[in-house]
Amino acid sequence: MFHIYCPYCEELREEEEFHPKGEAHIARPEEPEACSDEEWGDYLFFRDNPRGIHHEMWLHAVGCRKFFNITRNTVSYEILETYKMGEQPTVGAEHLAREEKTASVQAAEGGQQTVGASDAALASVKGAQA
Amino acid sequence: MSNSVHVYDARADHATVTAESPLAYSFQRSGMPASGEASGEASGEKSRAVIGERAFLGHLILRGGAIVLDEALREVLGVGLPGRPNSLTVDADGQRSVQWLSPDEWLLIVPGDETFGLETRLRAHLGGAHVAIVDVSAGQTLIELSGEAAHEVLMKSTVYDVDPHAFTVGKGVTTLFAKTNVILRRPDASRWELIVRRSFADYVYRWLLDAGEEYGIGVARESRHEPQ
Repeated sequence: MFHIYCPYCEELREEEEFHPKGEAHIARPEEPEACSDEEWGDYLFFRDNPRGIHHEMWLHAVGCRKFFNITRNTVSYEILETYKMGEQPTVGAEHLAREEKTASVQAAEGGQQTVGASDAALASVKGAQA
Repeated sequence: MSNSVHVYDARADHATVTAESPLAYSFQRSGMPASGEASGEASGEKSRAVIGERAFLGHLILRGGAIVLDEALREVLGVGLPGRPNSLTVDADGQRSVQWLSPDEWLLIVPGDETFGLETRLRAHLGGAHVAIVDVSAGQTLIELSGEAAHEVLMKSTVYDVDPHAFTVGKGVTTLFAKTNVILRRPDASRWELIVRRSFADYVYRWLLDAGEEYGIGVARESRHEPQ
């Protein structure tokens, strides 16, 4: 079981108390009426499924019942940070790239290739956030 | 404005209806093992854990800005909102308490017959402030757990760290307890309080009886005769 830090309760709680709620930082189009079907469909249904750093929403369902954000490594399941709604993440894909350089041996031993953290992936993640 | 809100006294004091505690049926059906404390029964050993229900208290949910609510509450009740997450403030005689539930939500528990008066006075004091006050007294009940093995019963039931050194007096959390939601809190060193949904009260009661069997758990009989 994970211990997840709730930024509102300000302490670590059991994973059982939380629910994942999908990708974070999805902005609703300013003018829905002006969207093409494709744009609206992308907004409504299509989600990223990155290999590596993922910013996602979680709900502290049995607790303060607030939504908050988690930056998580989808390869190692490591939770890198949690932050409140409306805040921006401090950890991005460059974190992985850095880790890959400093701990390449460990990564290889663990059988985890951080391919997703290549410069191209980094650029694409940044592009998606922009 | 507050006068656009319909407030009414939910308690049946003045009616001829007899109120039953949420555990009334459970006490009959599942029994009430003697706690071996109050009655001083020669046969039973002293219970290491004791359950008691404090039914018919007034539970109010306060939502809104902390500053506005804190000011109103200090004025009306003389107790402030707890400032820190997961904390609880209790007034001098231990009858009234305010607990942090979430950044904009607090649970206020007072003796049952004060509920309506307090809600009215709070509303009057808050005027048109952007807050919500909801009387949830009928929806939940408070179960007390005391005795030297009380925390051991809790340890069997919840994932939260209830070690008395970690879960200090004045702390209160909403967490999972035997797969259901409870508000768990510690108003003083000798007692733990569980606030459960009315519909889950029977389940939690039976769970506690089962989990506490090895500690000779008993039910404090006097505590359920709250003046109604």
